[in-house]
Amino acid sequence: MLNAPYVIGSYVVTLGGIALYTWRMLGQARTAARQVPPEDRPWT
Amino acid sequence: MTGFMTSPRNSPGTVAVLDRAPTSTTFSRVLGIATLVGIGWLVVFGLFLSPNDRVQKTGVRIMYIHVPSAWLAYLAFGVTGVSSLAYLWKRTRSLAWDRLAGASAEVGVLFMGITLVSGSLWGRISWGTYWTWDARLTTTAFLFVTYIGYLAVRDLGGTHQQRAKRSAVLAVLAMLEVPLVHFSVTWWRPLHQNETVENGKLSGLMLFTLFVGLIAFTLLYVWLVLHRQRVLTLLDQVDDRGLDVAIAERRNESVPS
Amino acid sequence: MSTWRIARLVAAKDLRVEWRSRVVVNQVLPFAALVMVMFAFALDNTQLLTRVAPGLVWLATMFSLVVMVQRSFAVETADGALDALQVAGVRPGGIFLGKALALGAQLAVLQLVLLGAAIVLYRTELVAGGIVLLVTTYLAATTGLAFVGTLYGGLAAGAKGRETLLPLLMLPVVAPVLIGATRATEAALGTEGATPSDGWPWIGLLALFALVFGVGGTLAFGSLIDE
Repeated sequence: MLNAPYVIGSYVVTLGGIALYTWRMLGQARTAARQVPPEDRPWT
Repeated sequence: MTGFMTSPRNSPGTVAVLDRAPTSTTFSRVLGIATLVGIGWLVVFGLFLSPNDRVQKTGVRIMYIHVPSAWLAYLAFGVTGVSSLAYLWKRTRSLAWDRLAGASAEVGVLFMGITLVSGSLWGRISWGTYWTWDARLTTTAFLFVTYIGYLAVRDLGGTHQQRAKRSAVLAVLAMLEVPLVHFSVTWWRPLHQNETVENGKLSGLMLFTLFVGLIAFTLLYVWLVLHRQRVLTLLDQVDDRGLDVAIAERRNESVPS
Repeated sequence: MSTWRIARLVAAKDLRVEWRSRVVVNQVLPFAALVMVMFAFALDNTQLLTRVAPGLVWLATMFSLVVMVQRSFAVETADGALDALQVAGVRPGGIFLGKALALGAQLAVLQLVLLGAAIVLYRTELVAGGIVLLVTTYLAATTGLAFVGTLYGGLAAGAKGRETLLPLLMLPVVAPVLIGATRATEAALGTEGATPSDGWPWIGLLALFALVFGVGGTLAFGSLIDE
């Protein structure tokens, strides 16, 4: 594919960025959830 | 990452599920799956099934993720502005608005960064340069920096109410600033780089792929913000409890973007 | 007390503090002059310097503005003076206008020094036909910068890590002033054949900027310094 490094690079940056952010966010959620009892989560 | 301090109140099975995904609900799970399907679809269509553009050749494939990221970032900053106004208006004042504003700004900064990178790569292919000082690009770069500053202000500390008020005022100021910046850079560089694809004709399949991208990223935005503001709620509650352990753990943890 | 009277008192207080401490005169003005000399080192081309002089003058103004704003609020937070003013029930809008007034006055002095430095170091020449535009540009830009500086200075005051936060918050906001004032100054000085008529539209932008942040700051300052 012509210009493949640029095209694939942009997909990797986009999807990788989203994945990294999501992973860190959910990790943070788990850490925080250890200190908050389940009844204090209004969405459950 | 498994909970060592799992509460004894519930049966172990329930607690384990809650601790693995404490911010999930049935709705968010369904939404998450829909988002994954949408993004998978986007990758398949964007990279393989859609045809090359006559002018842009393969460069057009970057558009399918670049345009949706840009749309998502603008949507996110819009939501931050509106929820900040909702916080400042006394009759709707609630920390939930503040956390929505914060969550949305964070997602917006992430996607503005992604937009800048994918845009530069696209520019390198189609204009032969990573960056041009045209009005739209410059405004975008300013938005990025402005909301990084906004996120820094959210981290300043103080009570939740102080944080909320300070950052809400800042978000409203940012909304005032953005038109001024746009205005000044448009005058500064009145010659626009025409984006050949957007002005030319998109074939049916190309338009469809772009459409899939917009839908998938909008779902992704809702999913991310839904979770992020729940995480922020958890973090606020940890703060309220004033647990020294919690504070130490939070300090060790850097806040993403 | 009317807001305007509070503003005058606060401004007089700030200027008196500066008159006695001479921090701006002894530290900020030499810093600004130093920046101008450093630009000459970096660019190392007299013709180029003359061409970009208007931009460098405004860039040096922005850098000095950061230092000045930090000084302006260091005075307030050192002894909890800002909190004391608030507890005393002084209207925040008045504090904002007063501090902006004092900051504007100090900026005006700074800009005279910078313009003088440009004339001496960069061979900038004033054009008789552009004097009115030049003065208007300086007035409009200084007003806007004083408002923005006071607003964001108040926001960053009293917060940990404010030294690093202030430039990050403030410099993107003052970018329209940098663009507008530089273009208008180029027009006033006739840089690269520009004529004063090219500069007037930019004055509109600068005035709008000053208006937006003047009104916004007067209204919002109370919530920002509310600790």
